Amino acid sequence: MANPATLAHPETPPATRRDFLYVATAAVGVVAAGGVAWPLINQLNPDASVLALATIEFDLGGIEEGQSVTIKWRGLPVFVRHRTAAEIEEAKAVPLSELKDPETDEQRTKVGHEQWLIMIANCTHLGCVPVGESGDFDGWFCPCHGSHYDSAGRIRKGPAPKNLVLPPYDFISDTLVQIG
Amino acid sequence: MASHESNYTPGTAIEKWVDDRLPIIRWSKTHLMDFPTPKNLNFWWTFGAILVMCLAIQIITGVVLAMHYTPHVSLAFDSVEHIRRDVNGGRIIQAVHATGASMFFFALYVHMFRGLYFGSYKAPREILWILGVLIFALVMATAFMGYVLPWGQMSFWAATVITNILGAVPVVGEPILQLLRGGFAVDNATLNRFFSLHYLLPFVVAAVVALHIWALHVPGNNNPIGVEVKSSRDTLSFHPYYTMKDAFFMVLFLIPFAWFVFFAPDILGHPDNYIQANSQVTPTHIVPEWYFLPFYAILRAIDFNILFIDSKLGGVIFFAGSILILFVVPWLDTSKVRSGTFRPVFKWFFWLFVLNFLALTYLGAAPAEGVYVLLSKIATAYYFLYFLVILPLLGRLETPRPLPTSISESVLAHH
Repeated sequence: MANPATLAHPETPPATRRDFLYVATAAVGVVAAGGVAWPLINQLNPDASVLALATIEFDLGGIEEGQSVTIKWRGLPVFVRHRTAAEIEEAKAVPLSELKDPETDEQRTKVGHEQWLIMIANCTHLGCVPVGESGDFDGWFCPCHGSHYDSAGRIRKGPAPKNLVLPPYDFISDTLVQIG
Repeated sequence: MASHESNYTPGTAIEKWVDDRLPIIRWSKTHLMDFPTPKNLNFWWTFGAILVMCLAIQIITGVVLAMHYTPHVSLAFDSVEHIRRDVNGGRIIQAVHATGASMFFFALYVHMFRGLYFGSYKAPREILWILGVLIFALVMATAFMGYVLPWGQMSFWAATVITNILGAVPVVGEPILQLLRGGFAVDNATLNRFFSLHYLLPFVVAAVVALHIWALHVPGNNNPIGVEVKSSRDTLSFHPYYTMKDAFFMVLFLIPFAWFVFFAPDILGHPDNYIQANSQVTPTHIVPEWYFLPFYAILRAIDFNILFIDSKLGGVIFFAGSILILFVVPWLDTSKVRSGTFRPVFKWFFWLFVLNFLALTYLGAAPAEGVYVLLSKIATAYYFLYFLVILPLLGRLETPRPLPTSISESVLAHH
């Protein structure tokens, strides 16, 4: 570096080829480090065997009116509830203005299958499984932090921010449903 | 490291030979034996050594337990029972490890409250304090992941609820949650990585403890009157004076420890954790271990929206804030006087803070309903007001009592 040109301007030495090599090497080094780090982080993401369970079929035939079952989808518990006429009426009668996360009963179910309520069974607060047919709104009550859901699985009272989440699902026939 | 000179003279030819190549005996003599220590340290200062002992106990018992434990969802629960029933001495080793976590946190809290009362975080010990808070955070993470390993109902739902906290982060919350759990729910991938990290983190803690002690040995110990060491008349050598004092209080500490291990190994746990994890059913009353209760109470206290921040995220912000705020305590406390002993007004607020912390512990276990909800909010408010309003203002408003001129003067005044 100690050539006459840099000695004349010690404050701002002109960029040399060596400076360029330093910067270029550092830049490539950063990219390489990132390239090595990413797979080490990405291995934490859900693996192929977890993702492979993404779609299930479930037969609703055995569930009587007023009965609920909890099934497993992608490792998550899922409520399947065969609602009574009274519960459907009750859910439909609620004005949207009373809801923290406004959704109509129609938006919570499929047309022609209003009696079936299919929802992920984890409270939207911190993920506990709420207890069925309890709480102040004839729906679900989460014992962990006291969230109340109504007969359409909508949040009515307590710390949970959202209604119980609906998984993507479709009716293949009147009694067979595909989740995922 | 510190400013004092080593007075080590190798006694034999072998010691001389070693000293020229790796002066480890010289270093040990300087830092573990001759280290000048204020002569007025009371028993609250023995908790540092007690904590080193706790970490050692956890690492030794933990390494042994890992020889018999199986981190798989269908085997983990049974392997812990296998340790307790079949492994030679396993009943005691497992109890020491599980109870040891509680004893570790008890000592940690005492050590931290001692620092808060005697102003041990003030200049020039800010980095020492920050490293301590970092150790606290790492120990919390380690304890949480360790609690998941037996794969009982409480383990599983603690893992679900606590990882869900991260899900509250806007936009990236859900991807981070899946990255952390390795699935859409807490499952085998989660258990495996928690086991791996639970084995790793104690050694990280040990490394930060080494830095913590290094940072202690640069300015030396704070002391109950908070006046810096001025001459050799103020100090005693660490060995034998404080090695003996520390050893004595370690033995006292081991008495309740042994009582728990031998007579009540499960008293600090929850019966629900003897039911194997079931992702379909949540126990009706889930509570964290006692040492997380104050922070859990703060998390639950925020059940209302703050402007555009919903209650869930708000709770998470206050929960994280309650620990992060400790990092900046050295700059929040404006008083030039270190020791609470000479601060007549501070004392009241400090003991109220301790009482408030105990109240938060109680409220964290209480059901989230009725009067407990309001009390949790009041206690959370005081927790933050203490750091953000009281400490900054007291330094300006309070008139401290006159300080002794030196440690030796203060010691002699009592005799």
